[in-house]
Amino acid sequence: MAAVISLLAGLVFGAGLAISGMIDPARVLGFFDVAGAWDPTLAFVMAGALAVTIPGYRLAFARRAPVAGRTFHVPTASAIDRPLLGGAALFGVGWGLAGFCPGPAIAALATLAPKVWLFVAAMLVGMAAAKVWRDRAGADPAPAPLPSGQGR
Amino acid sequence: MIDFSPLHGLAGGLLIGLGAVTMMAGIGRIAGICGIVVNAMFGLERPWRLAFLAGLPAGALLAGATGAADLADLGFPASVPATVAAGLLVGFGATVGSGCTSGHGVCGLARLSPRSIAATAVFMTTAALTVFVTRHLAG
Repeated sequence: MAAVISLLAGLVFGAGLAISGMIDPARVLGFFDVAGAWDPTLAFVMAGALAVTIPGYRLAFARRAPVAGRTFHVPTASAIDRPLLGGAALFGVGWGLAGFCPGPAIAALATLAPKVWLFVAAMLVGMAAAKVWRDRAGADPAPAPLPSGQGR
Repeated sequence: MIDFSPLHGLAGGLLIGLGAVTMMAGIGRIAGICGIVVNAMFGLERPWRLAFLAGLPAGALLAGATGAADLADLGFPASVPATVAAGLLVGFGATVGSGCTSGHGVCGLARLSPRSIAATAVFMTTAALTVFVTRHLAG
C-alpha cells in the first residue's frame, strides 16, 4: 500500500518537474543568472508547489495519522548548525555549476542523456561519501533515518 | 536566450506540491529526494523509497508522452568535468545539509522550519554566486 501511494506521488512529482522546466538545466541556470538574461520561471515553480504544500500539510496534519502509516515522520532537529549551512552552501555551488538538483536529475534520467546519468552517478558517490563521513564523525543523525515525531 | 514560461512553471509547481502532499497525507513522509535516495542506498525501508524514485522519471516520460512537456528540449551547458564535480558537490552537500530543493525548499518551507528556511536561503545564494562567477567572471 505504502509503495503504491509512493509510486503515484512520484509520478505526479516527476510530471511536475518535467512540466515546470525544472529538469532543464539551462532553464534552472537562467533563474540563477540574475546578472544576465534572468528567467524567473523557477520562482513560479516554488510558488506553485508551496501554494499546495502549505495548506496541504495543514490538512494532512489535522488527521491523527497518515492514510497508510502510523505516524507522520517529520524532522525534529532545530539547530541551525554548521553541517546544515555548510552542506547547503556546497549543494548550492553544485546546483549552480550544472543546473541540476537531485529530484530533477533523477526525473531527467528518462531522457537517457549521458550527462544526466553521469551527474546522477557522481551524486550517488557524493551522497555515499557524506553518509560514511557523517556516521564516522558521529554528527547528528539527520538525514538518515529521519526521527519520527508528531506533525504540527 | 530562454523563454520565460510562468504558466508551465506554476502548473508544474502545483503538481510537485501535490506529489509532496500525497507523500505526507498518504504515508507520513517528507518528499525530500536527497534523504529518500540516501536511505534507499543504505537499505532503509526500500520498497516505498524505490517506488517513489521510480515514479520520477516515469512521471517525466508521461508528461513528455502527453505533450505536456518537451523532454527533447533540455540544455546542458556544463562541461563533462563540471558535471561530475557538480554531482559530487550536490550529493555531498545535500546529504551533510540534510536536504535539497525538495526537502528544504518545498517540504521544509511549507512547515515553516527555521532550518529549512536557512538552508534554502544559503543554497539559493551560493547557486546564484556560482552562476555569476562561471558566466560573468570566468566566462
